[in-house]
Amino acid sequence: MMRRLFSSALLAAVCATPSAAQTIAITGGKVYPVSGPVIERGTVLMRDGRIVAVGANVVIPSDAQRIDATGKIVTPGLVNASTQLGLVEIGSVASTREARARGKDGIAAAFMPWEGLNPTSVLFGPARDGGITSAMIFPQGGLISGQAGMIHLVPGSASDMVLRAPVAMVATLGANSGANTASRAETLMRLREVLSDARVYRTRKAEFERAQTRPLAAGRLDLEALLPVLDGRVPMLIEANKASDITAAMKLATEFGFKLIIGGGAEAWEVADKLATAKVPVLTGAMNNIPENFASLGQRQENAGLLARAGVAVALMGNAGGGDEEAFNVRNVRFEAGNAVAYGMDWNAALRAITLTPAEIFGVADRVGSLQAGRSADVVIWSGDPFEFATQPERVFVRGVQISTPSRQDLLEQRYKTLPPNYRTP
Amino acid sequence: MAGGVSTPNADPFPSTYHPFASRPTLIRNVTILTAAGPTIPNGSILLRDGKIAEVGASVTAPADAVVIDGAGKYVTPGIIDTHSHIGAGGVPGDNGAQTDDVNEATNPVTAQVWVEHSVWPQDPQLPRTLAGGVTTIQVLPGSANLIGGRSAVLKVVPSRTVQGMKYPGAKYGLKMACGENPKRVYASRGPSTRMGNVAGFRAAWIQAEAYRRRWDKWNATHQGDAPSRDLGLETLAEVLRGNILVHNHCYRADEMAQMIDIAHEFGYRIRSFHHGVEAYKIADLLARDSIGASVWADWGVFKLEAADAVRGNMALLNRAGVRTIMHSDDASGEQRLNQEAAKAMAEGNRIGVPVTPDEAIKWMTINPAWALGIDDRTGSLQAGKSADVVLWSGNPFSVYSRAEKVWVDGAMLFDRLDPSSQWRTDFELGFVPANRGGAR
Repeated sequence: MMRRLFSSALLAAVCATPSAAQTIAITGGKVYPVSGPVIERGTVLMRDGRIVAVGANVVIPSDAQRIDATGKIVTPGLVNASTQLGLVEIGSVASTREARARGKDGIAAAFMPWEGLNPTSVLFGPARDGGITSAMIFPQGGLISGQAGMIHLVPGSASDMVLRAPVAMVATLGANSGANTASRAETLMRLREVLSDARVYRTRKAEFERAQTRPLAAGRLDLEALLPVLDGRVPMLIEANKASDITAAMKLATEFGFKLIIGGGAEAWEVADKLATAKVPVLTGAMNNIPENFASLGQRQENAGLLARAGVAVALMGNAGGGDEEAFNVRNVRFEAGNAVAYGMDWNAALRAITLTPAEIFGVADRVGSLQAGRSADVVIWSGDPFEFATQPERVFVRGVQISTPSRQDLLEQRYKTLPPNYRTP
Repeated sequence: MAGGVSTPNADPFPSTYHPFASRPTLIRNVTILTAAGPTIPNGSILLRDGKIAEVGASVTAPADAVVIDGAGKYVTPGIIDTHSHIGAGGVPGDNGAQTDDVNEATNPVTAQVWVEHSVWPQDPQLPRTLAGGVTTIQVLPGSANLIGGRSAVLKVVPSRTVQGMKYPGAKYGLKMACGENPKRVYASRGPSTRMGNVAGFRAAWIQAEAYRRRWDKWNATHQGDAPSRDLGLETLAEVLRGNILVHNHCYRADEMAQMIDIAHEFGYRIRSFHHGVEAYKIADLLARDSIGASVWADWGVFKLEAADAVRGNMALLNRAGVRTIMHSDDASGEQRLNQEAAKAMAEGNRIGVPVTPDEAIKWMTINPAWALGIDDRTGSLQAGKSADVVLWSGNPFSVYSRAEKVWVDGAMLFDRLDPSSQWRTDFELGFVPANRGGAR
């Protein structure tokens, strides 16, 4: 059954699907709860936007709408761990870019990009249609870029969409960091200076307010924003690719007692055991093997698999670098998982890496990322193996509601499916 | 040699490519996507003396042949990319590495530059592309300029020189670009508008027509002094003579239609539009003029002229009879053109414009070969053609399949199962740990 149909009569019928969450039972499918073992012929029961039961012998209420998923695969909605959805609309149009703060001397710790989230972005459609139901959104630029948040791809206002924020403080190490420094050691020195002044700020807030402290290395708002990082309540996501940059970040984390997440991590496999021992999760991809710069000479597609096997928590993100993987193509993260499997990652680990693991890394695993009673009813019914190109996400539910609104791309395809186009439809 | 003897179009940088040593090889018991006809299940293919000797349901192996059992595996022609920048846009790309030699962005018309003079044969992206099953690439100048210069059609083989990679006898291409890029790059000096772009193209062709007349006249009579040579106009005149193929970067449907009219005005042909995210809107115009469409599966929305990208582009073009081509414009994507084609095929099937694997394989083999003018020599598995062949670990349209062995002119130049045999560029020695990026 095609989820989106091109005859306008049928399209109207699809759109007429009740938008309010109700009781729905998805039956007969091969269910991957991710938090537990696969259920060969399982039922996922959801009511009022939440999952009520998942199992082989679920009692289905008589008022439930039944959806037969026999022969299909049922997974949690996918979680993309590295996006700019709702922050960047048209990449080259500055007025539609909300992912950067000007900051001061490369520091923008107080920047909360979700406050500028565009809830009507046309990019949510293709993402949801591809089975993505939650996404981390990150700021970029500078040494400390600002704070990352998690959004839920529900139709609604920006505040409806923010699942949790902040979920991380974002910083960059390495030659290309935006720190306006001239070398790696100077970048580290600058980061250390800011973090230690945040400590000073924490203990001497009153004096700071009365201007009775020496000048501190960052502004009040930025220092304030760093306190939850020093307290271990908000992790620091440091983008680092070179193995020695990764270990420098780990040293810094130990020194200041913050929780570390590594992003990018091209050479993380070289220090996999250290990362596993220190329980540092890594966001990385499986579609890049190019020594793009001197910080990623060891980049390889086996990275994710090697890290996972060493016991590192891995969330997969797009890293091929060319294909709009942070916006228009966040939907392609399932193919990142497929490629990770082709390069040695266990299939179940790869599914976890685009569902529950990123939810855990960003502290939203109690809401999304798995099929368990009590979780948000974010569910995808796939025509087959979700990592395969030929597979279609046939139905996507976010918070218990099936997405049925055609995306801008659907409308264009519909309009131009026969030439000349009809400018009145859709 | 006496001075003053240079002549136009005398192939001053001739190909020195020679096929590598090969052994007769029979791959048997394998699924063959030929790009020339229906899939052959359980077939065999014999490679001998650099050529495809025989393809079919049963092929007899000569006594000296290496025999490979292909059970569960697939064979396809070598993949061909019409839009590459590797070698010219090399890595590492750090500031100061000076590896970016793609755009001669000093004038909107630089027909005089030849991208082969930018190609670094030790770019570590080259062996990775080969490992993706890619055996031939067209390296293009960038899209900063209205007319960016000559392309180079290269075999993906180890070589000390670019001449050693040049596809023997392949025609040159000419890169042209319309839309946002030239008007952005030249905003301050012009062209700064799309109408400025079109005026720039037409002015260049008017000059080229006059140049061509001067030289054609002199060539006919050899009377008096030869006209003085102009490298840029020499290239444009060769386009007008049909000896260089036009590859035109263009996103929007309306601009492609204008470029078609410009081609009509000056009597040249556009061989392929590149990127063409709106090509599906004018599939009928492209089919009418036999213009190829080199497109992506799903890139888009990174700029406004790319906002109408749809995954159905290829399927809609394919249905309209356009020579549809999966291109990369990206060294990472170039390694996975099979995966990109699989995405585009899936979308066609989803929207009710079905595409078969026998059609989709053409998007990355015989159709790009046609766009480069080498379809009589490569791009399909037919007896007598070059033995540019890939053995895949499984169905090439599956995410789990990888190129396992790659032959160029019958020589096995990549074997995933034998890391010690894999090509490593000079740059990689010492900088990049061995056997990473290839074998598991």
